[in-house]
Amino acid sequence: MATNLPLIALLGNPNSGKTAIFNLLTGMNQKVSNYPGITVEQRRGNAQLADNSTVEIMDMPGTYSLTPESLDEKIVAQQTLKWLNGTDRPAAIISVVDAGNLSRNLFLTSQVMELGIPVIIALNMMDRLKRRNQEIDSVKLQKMLGAHAVIPMSAQEKWGIDELQAELTDVITKENIEVCSHIQMKIPEEIEKIINPVSKFLHNKSDRDNYITNVQALRLITRKSAFDLFCECENLNGAEIKSLTLLRDKAIHEIDELGLNHRILEATLRFEMLDNTLKNLSLINQNEIKHQSRSERVDEILTHKWLGPLIFLTLLYGIFQSIFIWATIPMQYIDSGVGYLGNYCVQLFSPGILRDLLVEGIISGVGAILIFLPQILILIFFMTILEDTGYMARVAFMMDKLMNKIGLQGKSVLPLMSGYACAIPGIMATRTIDSWKERMITIMVLPLMSCSARLPVYALMIGAFIPNKPILGFLNLQGLTMVFMYFLGTVTAMIIAAIISRFIEEKGKSSFVMEMPPYRMPLAVSLFRQVYMRGKLFVKNAGKIIMAISIVLWLLASFPRPESNTTSFSIQNSYAGKIGHAIEPVIAPLGFDWKIGVGLITSFAAREVLVSTLATLYNVEDEGDDFIGITEALKNEVNPSTGLPRYTPLVALSIMVFYVYAAQCMATFAIVKNETNSWKWPLIMIAYMMGLAYIASLMVYQGGQMLGFV
Amino acid sequence: MSIKQLHELLPGESAQIISFHKDLTLQSRLVEMGILPGVEIRLLKKGPFNGPIEIKVRSYEVAIRYKDAMKINVS
Repeated sequence: MATNLPLIALLGNPNSGKTAIFNLLTGMNQKVSNYPGITVEQRRGNAQLADNSTVEIMDMPGTYSLTPESLDEKIVAQQTLKWLNGTDRPAAIISVVDAGNLSRNLFLTSQVMELGIPVIIALNMMDRLKRRNQEIDSVKLQKMLGAHAVIPMSAQEKWGIDELQAELTDVITKENIEVCSHIQMKIPEEIEKIINPVSKFLHNKSDRDNYITNVQALRLITRKSAFDLFCECENLNGAEIKSLTLLRDKAIHEIDELGLNHRILEATLRFEMLDNTLKNLSLINQNEIKHQSRSERVDEILTHKWLGPLIFLTLLYGIFQSIFIWATIPMQYIDSGVGYLGNYCVQLFSPGILRDLLVEGIISGVGAILIFLPQILILIFFMTILEDTGYMARVAFMMDKLMNKIGLQGKSVLPLMSGYACAIPGIMATRTIDSWKERMITIMVLPLMSCSARLPVYALMIGAFIPNKPILGFLNLQGLTMVFMYFLGTVTAMIIAAIISRFIEEKGKSSFVMEMPPYRMPLAVSLFRQVYMRGKLFVKNAGKIIMAISIVLWLLASFPRPESNTTSFSIQNSYAGKIGHAIEPVIAPLGFDWKIGVGLITSFAAREVLVSTLATLYNVEDEGDDFIGITEALKNEVNPSTGLPRYTPLVALSIMVFYVYAAQCMATFAIVKNETNSWKWPLIMIAYMMGLAYIASLMVYQGGQMLGFV
Repeated sequence: MSIKQLHELLPGESAQIISFHKDLTLQSRLVEMGILPGVEIRLLKKGPFNGPIEIKVRSYEVAIRYKDAMKINVS
């Protein structure tokens, strides 16, 4: 995106509130949550300042430092190296600092101050500090760092943002802003001597300030990842890389000879400087680790050895069960609304192709999907609460050991659980996992987590064929079946993870360091925004993809028309009928008829399309002048060869199991290809999922028949 | 005070980090988060079955794995 607007970059630690500030400045609605690292890619948006000028704001993934550790952090490190070289350089950087965590956050700020770009410090989360009756002298802090400004603010309580905007106006209108970092690390003489050859090399490549060159040399020596990224970004040739490597190895050897640890050198020097300065200016509380936070007390129960996992499982069960119970009433309303609209259109328009297309194609197809909106909203509502309260980080903590046994880790839990909503954001969220192997396994099993697109399929089958009867007094058979489908997908994901972890080779070590964000009450506004956004996406999909497919399907199902008026039209002879019948032999052993077969094909666009497909097929087949609901149609379908009902609870179960496993969502494969950079992984994914789906369905249907179910 | 490893601390016990074992791959990540020799920490919780260990450092809470905690000397 090439605009001529002044660029402002947002940088800060994970979970320091960059995205919340981004949203306030731009008026956009990017996802904010209480889980470190939820932003995994760069986002840009325009912000209007008080004097009506416009700036472009760039939100970046959270990072603890400018050296790349995981994939999302590499984005930041790469970007800042580019800035140093003068490409895409922002007019100013907003360094977002969690005021309750000053000393740790300033580590990154002090690195950012060295880029030679004006830095405005957004001292965020001041509300929390105020509640603890603490203060930070922002003037003192500004002088100490040499920042352009320090703005105390709270993105959550929405104050301080005007002052931040005023400083942005100031920084982009003033010319010749003097940029200098007031705090510089003291690099001891003996170390400076050791790193000097590397510094000289860098100085020859690009002529920069002595201190900056020394810092960069120090960083390249300290971290191999920084070294590799530097070689990549500066386009060093083979000979240059070789000589720089030799210089680096020599320096490392000499540092370690001194009895120092080269791998922590930059951080040690920097924190020494920061901690001392902060202490001298009495900007930090000396006894901060003694303070017992409210989160700590809450965690005594929520992450308790035995209670913790029990509470987690109960919550999950409660969520899936409530999806079924709470959604019943709004679903009935939507159902009757769609039915009313369909019948109204039947009466309103005269019979003909257009009416058929509208009623049989569009209204029945799109309507059949919209019914499931309440369930999806309830699911998203609960998932957002789990994340926004900070609970998901605790789940990662509790699950790490267990997940490690199957080749995953604590940080895999959030992506996997986002998979209950949709695999795509889940796959994106795996970028916070440092280990390549663990990230790959997480991605590979993620589509087995039942996403919200499967929900309509489960709900339709359960609603039509599983009796609504109580079990043990407080459970309910329909809800239990629903929970079972989610359970089946989840457990299979775990098993597959354990299996493929044996085949994927290790690239780099597994590591787990997880910050536990303080618990907080989810903000009603952001909670409902999440639910609204998700709902909007679902309705938009229903409006676009599903409408398009419904129309195409209606055409395929309604044509060719019989040549003479004497022979009556039969859907069996339509194009759709022919396609369905062609694949029927393959799927008949699973208990599926040709209509389901057509649904399986259309499901490749999105799984919920099965429901709209069946709705369209039944409405086309039933040539009468009324509008039929899909549930009734399925229950009434009769197998012509036996005279018995076509769909039985066993068939319904077989369909559901097939949908638990089958690889059907094209968008998922596209994103897997993108994230893994190869066709290999998405192809393996499709193959193993399809194999599983077929075998599992076969076992359910054939096994069920052997056991005497029909 | 005697030197021991972080995982040997009891919940609620405070200590100062002395050094990292050489083969602690995590150290570069830890130091960037302000967890480095000379810094005071307090052990909050140990997960079941040698699961992760939660500590308080500076003014935040963080969890690391048991086997990594074994490679951190404290006193």
